[in-house]
Amino acid sequence: MKAKPRSLLAIESLDSRQILDILALARRMNPARPRTTLRGRRIALLFYENSTRTRTSFEIAAKSLGASTVVIHATTASIEKGESLKDTGRTLQSIVDAIVMRHPSSGAPMLLSRLIEIPIINAGDGMHAHPSQGLLDAFTILNHKKSLKGLKIVTIGDIFHSRVARSDAHLFSKLGARVVFCGPDVLLPNTATELAPGVEIVRDMETALKGADVVMMLRVQQERLQGMQINVDEYIRRYQLTASRLKLAKKDAIVMHPGPMIRGMEMTDEVADCKQSVVLEQVLNGVKVRMAILQTILGGRR
Amino acid sequence: MSSLLLYGGHLIDPAAGVDGPADIVLKDGMVVEVAAPGKAKTPADEKLNLKGLIVAPGFIDLHVHLREPGQTHKESIATGTAAAAAGGFTSVCAMPNTRPVNDSPAVTRWMQDSERGAVVNVFPIAAATLGSQGEKLSDYQALRQAGAVALSDDGKPILDDHIMREALALAAKVGLTVIQHAEDTKVSGTHPMNEGITSFKLGLRGQPAASEWQMVERDVRLASQEGGRLHVAHVSTGKSLDMVRLGRASQVNVTAEVAPHHFLFTEEACSEYDTRYKMNPPLRSKADREAILRGIADGTVDAIATDHAPHALYEKEVEFDKAAFGITGLEVAVAASLTALVHEKLITLKRLVEMLSTNPAKIVGLKGRGTLAVGSVADVTIFDPKKRWTYDVEKTRSRSKNCPYGGMEFKGKVRATIVGGKVVFREL
Repeated sequence: MKAKPRSLLAIESLDSRQILDILALARRMNPARPRTTLRGRRIALLFYENSTRTRTSFEIAAKSLGASTVVIHATTASIEKGESLKDTGRTLQSIVDAIVMRHPSSGAPMLLSRLIEIPIINAGDGMHAHPSQGLLDAFTILNHKKSLKGLKIVTIGDIFHSRVARSDAHLFSKLGARVVFCGPDVLLPNTATELAPGVEIVRDMETALKGADVVMMLRVQQERLQGMQINVDEYIRRYQLTASRLKLAKKDAIVMHPGPMIRGMEMTDEVADCKQSVVLEQVLNGVKVRMAILQTILGGRR
Repeated sequence: MSSLLLYGGHLIDPAAGVDGPADIVLKDGMVVEVAAPGKAKTPADEKLNLKGLIVAPGFIDLHVHLREPGQTHKESIATGTAAAAAGGFTSVCAMPNTRPVNDSPAVTRWMQDSERGAVVNVFPIAAATLGSQGEKLSDYQALRQAGAVALSDDGKPILDDHIMREALALAAKVGLTVIQHAEDTKVSGTHPMNEGITSFKLGLRGQPAASEWQMVERDVRLASQEGGRLHVAHVSTGKSLDMVRLGRASQVNVTAEVAPHHFLFTEEACSEYDTRYKMNPPLRSKADREAILRGIADGTVDAIATDHAPHALYEKEVEFDKAAFGITGLEVAVAASLTALVHEKLITLKRLVEMLSTNPAKIVGLKGRGTLAVGSVADVTIFDPKKRWTYDVEKTRSRSKNCPYGGMEFKGKVRATIVGGKVVFREL
């Protein structure tokens, strides 16, 4: 078994034991019952990209453990004036104990972790990874299924631009699930099957959904398309999750979405609000899992 | 000027058909005698014992960025040529993407001025279009007269078919080679790495291999229509070499160079977002690397060139997608080639000398270089093909350290570099 991770940069560097440890700890976490285990610890939330859900989630998680937080946005004076990530990181290092970081460039947290000593928690880097989302998605699935082993988890939509899809696939694969990607060529290159063991591509949505235990819907990331042309009507016709399509999945299948969700695009209102949808549960679980992440990384070290 | 006897070495001079023990006398900057061991008649003031070493016509790097004028925080002509000397290059061809861009006889002459402190010969490659904007041709005749040895918009391709056609035609008329950085930027998006499995895993956008080979295909076609000499810079994909082969089969005057990093590494080297592996063209797939090695072995590749591209730490120690493209390589290219090509039995020492000296001299038309026949310029590279050593990038003579070779062990080392009869680097 590996030691407790120093930083959380990507799922790839965790083994299944470390993953299950964090998930087990998350089960004991509850923001409604605050703790003081991280009292006196200072956590910087360094956000180079806008985020509501993840930032709020980490902030509440940190505060629920007694830590103090400071939020730094890219629009903050020094960064806007052209300060490098290295210098921003070094400056923060002298005044905080850990950095939770969101950045539009893939690999930015890996770079920073080589330049400074304090732990870094990746809250999403470019199209690369979103490990805390992966962990909370696994946590949510485990609230409904005994184990991930042998589950058919179907991820549908804009996989190319999705750091969530990548982190989820690594995690689900490590825990023994079958990961099925479904989407159009431009948003899902054939090389995606090489991402992790057990990843497959099924282009036809109906076929992909058959017998699914989990359906993960993704938003088309219009802001990252860079000139790629997506025909919205065609996309909806082929990839929107409707109530009738959902019937192809197992009866007890759950529907997930990492948010923000665009109703009428990747799923209908009806599906978004149906009993099988666990989208809101994901949000609450996010706080619990992030409490567990912060506790694992910062707990017991001074 | 004094005379120098090089004795006891093994001379490899493919242009003169020599591959055996020989003594050489250099005098007044020229080769004055090549004789059997111990038989040289010309008196010499100084002698160098080269027992166990290979003596070759001075190596010529067709592709370096010396960053001067304008970007001396990265490199200068003095520091870049010092690195070249240590790496065994007696001549470097300097790309025009300086500030200002070298599109004028004035800058071309300025770069060659002795004030610059060059340690080895500097042959400017002038911009093919004004400001390398790809719109209007520069004055090829005047640039040639000022000393430019070739034309290129390196770093940028000449995208417009019509301009490329004009460039090839005019260059042919004045007798210069057009060197193309083959990249269709509309296809590549100038993304930070190769498009493939690794880029998908890393969540980085990638340049498809086609963005290179489609441009080579077009250039070969235009060269077949316009005549003239086309040289393809830093080939990184297997299909680009296929296009070169096709061109040659139909008598197009096309040559190709590869950089050591493209036969040493693959895209997987980028897996940790290490910007020392970020360059343009990017490291490609395993299949491409193998195809490049095949092209070196079968003679499709004419030259090895470093694409030495120095950058300051602050330009590289940043997010992968924001980091500058390029790595330094002058000090290790010869050692890396010996290690990965000769000692792997892919090519002979003779073929290596052809790719580092004979052919580059032909490609840019350097008269009296690329050979050590009597009467040629006394540019000599002396190396020990067997010496093992580890490269310490902290001790580089270059102003920049953006290079993945630090700490790498090589078999084969340059021991002396002689330019115009003068020893400019010596480790004997």
